[in-house]
Amino acid sequence: MHKEAAIREPLILGHKTYHDITEDVCRPIEDKAPKTWYILFGIALVIGLYGVGCILYLLGTGVGVWGLNKTVGWAWDITNFVWWVGIGHAGTLISAVLLLFRQKWRMAINRSAEAMTIFAVFMAGLFPLIHMGRLWVGYWTLPLPNQFGSLWVNFNSPLLWDVFAISTYLSVGLVFWYIGLIPDFATIRDRAKKPVSKKMYSILAFGWSGRAKQWNRFELVSLVLAGLATPLVFSVHSIVSFDFATSVIPGWHTTIFPPYFVAGAVFSGFAMVQTLMLVMRKAMGLEAYIHTRHVEYMNIVIMVTGSIVGTAYITELFISWYSGVEYEAYAFINRATGPYWWAYWAMMTCNVVSPQLMWFRPLRRSLLFTFIISIVVNIGMWFERYVIIVTSIHRDYLPSAWSMHYPSHIDLGVYIGTIGLFFVFFLLFARYFPVLALNEVKTILKSSGESYKNAPDNHTNDSHSNH
Amino acid sequence: MAETVIYAMYDDDDVLKDGAKKLVAKGVKISEVFSPFPIHGIDPIIGIKNTRLGIMAFIYGLTGTVLATYGMRFFMISDWPMNIGGKPNGSYLDNMLAFVPITFEFTVLCAAHGMAITYLLRNKTLPGLPAQNPDPRTTDDKFVMEIRLSENTKFDAAELETMLKETGIIELDQKELK
Repeated sequence: MHKEAAIREPLILGHKTYHDITEDVCRPIEDKAPKTWYILFGIALVIGLYGVGCILYLLGTGVGVWGLNKTVGWAWDITNFVWWVGIGHAGTLISAVLLLFRQKWRMAINRSAEAMTIFAVFMAGLFPLIHMGRLWVGYWTLPLPNQFGSLWVNFNSPLLWDVFAISTYLSVGLVFWYIGLIPDFATIRDRAKKPVSKKMYSILAFGWSGRAKQWNRFELVSLVLAGLATPLVFSVHSIVSFDFATSVIPGWHTTIFPPYFVAGAVFSGFAMVQTLMLVMRKAMGLEAYIHTRHVEYMNIVIMVTGSIVGTAYITELFISWYSGVEYEAYAFINRATGPYWWAYWAMMTCNVVSPQLMWFRPLRRSLLFTFIISIVVNIGMWFERYVIIVTSIHRDYLPSAWSMHYPSHIDLGVYIGTIGLFFVFFLLFARYFPVLALNEVKTILKSSGESYKNAPDNHTNDSHSNH
Repeated sequence: MAETVIYAMYDDDDVLKDGAKKLVAKGVKISEVFSPFPIHGIDPIIGIKNTRLGIMAFIYGLTGTVLATYGMRFFMISDWPMNIGGKPNGSYLDNMLAFVPITFEFTVLCAAHGMAITYLLRNKTLPGLPAQNPDPRTTDDKFVMEIRLSENTKFDAAELETMLKETGIIELDQKELK
């Protein structure tokens, strides 16, 4: 067992025992849901169903119901896609990258962050599918034998790389998440009293028994999956950025896109984790497990990735001038001073200025301030994608073809609808699934729990110092 | 043949581990430990070998790499070579760079899913299988050590129980398994 410096802030506050952890996490699942849950779920469901309605209308009528035109052929659809994929980066980063770096604070947040990731990637995946117009032929993106036509899919195309990247990311993320959930479902199964929930959780727990050999395998599988998921996190958003970077559109044709997009994705993902976690810890009484220290760590990640994003913006701007390519230079002058100047400056303010405030310790430890900044960052990151996509193409090489993009109400409905659906999934998760990785939190109780840390003569400290 | 099994329950992982060390030193064979979370360092004490799933993950990953390489070579080079802007897909090596992302993704896909499926099968954890932990509290905060009489012919049940009681157990249970 690892020893931890006494001066380091404990990760689990209060005098918790193993049983207390089980109680704290299982209580919200076993008790009746509070009224606010039903209200929030109702609102999210209505918004989500409205989005489904908009999608069905789009599928029945055609992609023309979006506000796209000949010049702006990509707008909100791909903006929302990249925004959701970006949000979906925090969960795997927290559970995989931080596992490899042995960051114990991840254990309190990885389960719900991964759930958020999976639901966000669901939402992201919707956009390319409905952009096909004919959703039912979505499987044509797979390399299927040729009775469907004379060609294979084009393996030279970044759009096809995206198909592989997103589906691998989603399915591996799902497996990683579920393997961690199995032992916790077993805990709920063994506590369940009502026959229906006992039956349900028995099925979900796959007959987990907690044998020593099972745990031995569990730990190795978690480690190897983390090792596999780590390059995956970085590859997914790199590949998403190739969709733009491999084109020859001024403003897109940039080699810094992959690292810049990955940093932006982690930035927006952590912001979304903060938004959700700050509400969840309060609503579900998990203040002892997710507290100021966790929020502060996440704010530091937001600060670092936000600074990378800011540096990338400025580099991009500098290179557009330094390259001497007038089209490239115009793309950036047009972003900052053209008709979409407000979007550009909204992006700059939200993404470059706001994370810098996290240098101040009282601010990054303030929960209210964090909550506000997390929403500001999410808005800013949506504008970043909108600026990159729409302002780069709305004024192309021929001024006669210049155009503006105005979203239709279907654009808006589909976007808002995905937010609704996302919350439907997340609220269901918070109601029926263990939102804290029970088995993992229990392993750090003795090394990072407040009651154990403050007892220097505890038997864990002397008999295990040799490990 | 009916078999007598002794279940000794502890309420602390470190007490169980120390107890296991003492029992093993006396020559007792501990056949299983049930716990709510992984007890680090218990495996060598009770003689559990490290899992070889990592090797399997590597093999699955390698399968993915090979499949992706052969697949893309077939699709893009031999079956239907494309001629884009007068630059035909001549050989695999000429086009290899464009195939790197999918080769990587497919490697990860095969390694992760292959390992996950093997893990579930080896653990005998699949949807609908019954739980086998002797006490429901072992998934909450209790730790149970399982000792089988047939594996400990040197001792009888009473001797084992006396030895167990010295290790700080909180409950002792004896069952006849068929």
